[in-house]
Amino acid sequence: MKSGFLGRVGLYLSVSILVSPAVLFFLWMISLSLKNELDNTAWPPVFIPNPPTLANFVDVFEKNDFLTYTINTIIVSFSATGLALLLGVPAAYGIAKSKATRAAALILIARVTPGLSYLIPLFLLFQWLGLIGTLTPLIITHLVITVPIVVWVMIGFFEGLPGELEEAALVDGANIWQAFLYVAMPLARPGITVATILAFIFSWNNFIFGVVLAGRSTRTLPVAVYNVLTFEQISWGPLAAAALIVTAPVLLLTLLMQKEIVAGLTAGGVKGG
Amino acid sequence: MSATTAATIASGPRAYGRRYWLFAVPAALVVLLVILFPWIFTLFMSVHDWKVTGDTPFVGMANYAKMLHDERFLSGVWRTLYFTAASVIAPLVLGVWAAVCFSNNFKGRGLARTLFVLPMMATPVAISLVWTMMFHPQLGVLNYILTSVGLPPSTWVYDAHTVIPTLVMVETWQWTPLVMLIVLGGIASLPQDPYEAAILDGASTWQMFRHITLPLVMPFIMVAAVIRIIDALKTFDTIYVITLGGPGSASETINILLYQTAFAYYDLGYGSAMVVVFFVLILLVSLLLLRLRQREDLR
Repeated sequence: MKSGFLGRVGLYLSVSILVSPAVLFFLWMISLSLKNELDNTAWPPVFIPNPPTLANFVDVFEKNDFLTYTINTIIVSFSATGLALLLGVPAAYGIAKSKATRAAALILIARVTPGLSYLIPLFLLFQWLGLIGTLTPLIITHLVITVPIVVWVMIGFFEGLPGELEEAALVDGANIWQAFLYVAMPLARPGITVATILAFIFSWNNFIFGVVLAGRSTRTLPVAVYNVLTFEQISWGPLAAAALIVTAPVLLLTLLMQKEIVAGLTAGGVKGG
Repeated sequence: MSATTAATIASGPRAYGRRYWLFAVPAALVVLLVILFPWIFTLFMSVHDWKVTGDTPFVGMANYAKMLHDERFLSGVWRTLYFTAASVIAPLVLGVWAAVCFSNNFKGRGLARTLFVLPMMATPVAISLVWTMMFHPQLGVLNYILTSVGLPPSTWVYDAHTVIPTLVMVETWQWTPLVMLIVLGGIASLPQDPYEAAILDGASTWQMFRHITLPLVMPFIMVAAVIRIIDALKTFDTIYVITLGGPGSASETINILLYQTAFAYYDLGYGSAMVVVFFVLILLVSLLLLRLRQREDLR
């Protein structure tokens, strides 16, 4: 669009106003995590850690079993994402090819339903099955988040593919499974990347399923970091450090894969939970 | 193309069409287990007096009747609607503004957009903890900023009157990016000719926004509004971590009350009934809005 000098200034001003709450927030988070307790509770606040200390991070790992929780989170979000790809990519292909809008609507309903509403019955079910205290209930419930994301993103991608290549394969005698596996899948790889990242992030971030279903040793990081808040009397440094540990992988992934993430989010209005 | 078409006709297009649903069978089975089973079981529990231990006698509609006279639930509904309305309007206004800004080409746009999107990708629990520290009435950085520019300090989440506006602020900070992305996608798909014509006619930037961009991206804004309403109704992590429904019950939305009923008081029957009502509410709102959107499209 056309814009003169004033327009340019206004634009940069607007962007600064819009972006600064996010930037300042994360800078303050980093600042809190790198300061000792004295500086963190000082008034007026100390903005720049001087000298910065990693003691808070050491403290978090020493006082809590964060290593176990990290491994738990990795197992849960990797399994939930992997399973969702196995289930969701073919399903999206089937839905896109047969133009089954009803099935797509079902996926939308999963997007609409509050996460809590799955939890009461599933909690009882897992209790009867004796699975409480293992990671299995978490992986299964996380599918509620990851499967709809994968299906939703992939329907859009498969619908965007030309389809002529698969038809050519079918004419040459391939069956629909082969056409899917050897023709459509390689073409859809960018879509699979987007779906994987988004499913992984929203599974990693999930709190509500863990807070109900996880036992002492099966906590995921978001649940563990919440417990740092409840059990340790307000010590801000370790709290901010714990929060940063939990969310840093996600923030880094977002910064590195911004194009893919923006494409995926724009397509589906995706959000987990 | 014609050869392909001929071949498809020869071998019967229906044969292909029919078998594609097989691809969705495994996913459908999982959906049945993880999504449909809970719904049916929730309906079943909602008509029983279901505590974690002991008998679970059938009580008919008693749990639903109880809700009608439950002060706590009813004020929870109003609170949820208040929180939702504010958490939809603010991100929509800011999100459209942001989308218009980001639709321009400028130096550093990619980085600025990524930074802008970070709040919605960050782990909600983690950001909630940091907000909690920032809201601290004596030592929080927000009150320092307010007082240093000459404004009175706020009570943030520590007072019944300010707690919901404060939570709305967090929600707005977190979810404006999603609105921005959806509307930005809409702006990117707009034709360029109306703008060129408007420039020739000497239209101002505001006039172009008001009379060209806004009407054309309205369908996208509606989609963003629906998504926002649903998400705002469902908000859990931030409220749970920052206030747990407090002070008192000043920020206890349906979702928080639901959690407390089921997993703190273990009244699963009553909790299930609340889930059913809550879900119907969400479904009605989304259907209503989708209907509105369709009518908009027809025009």
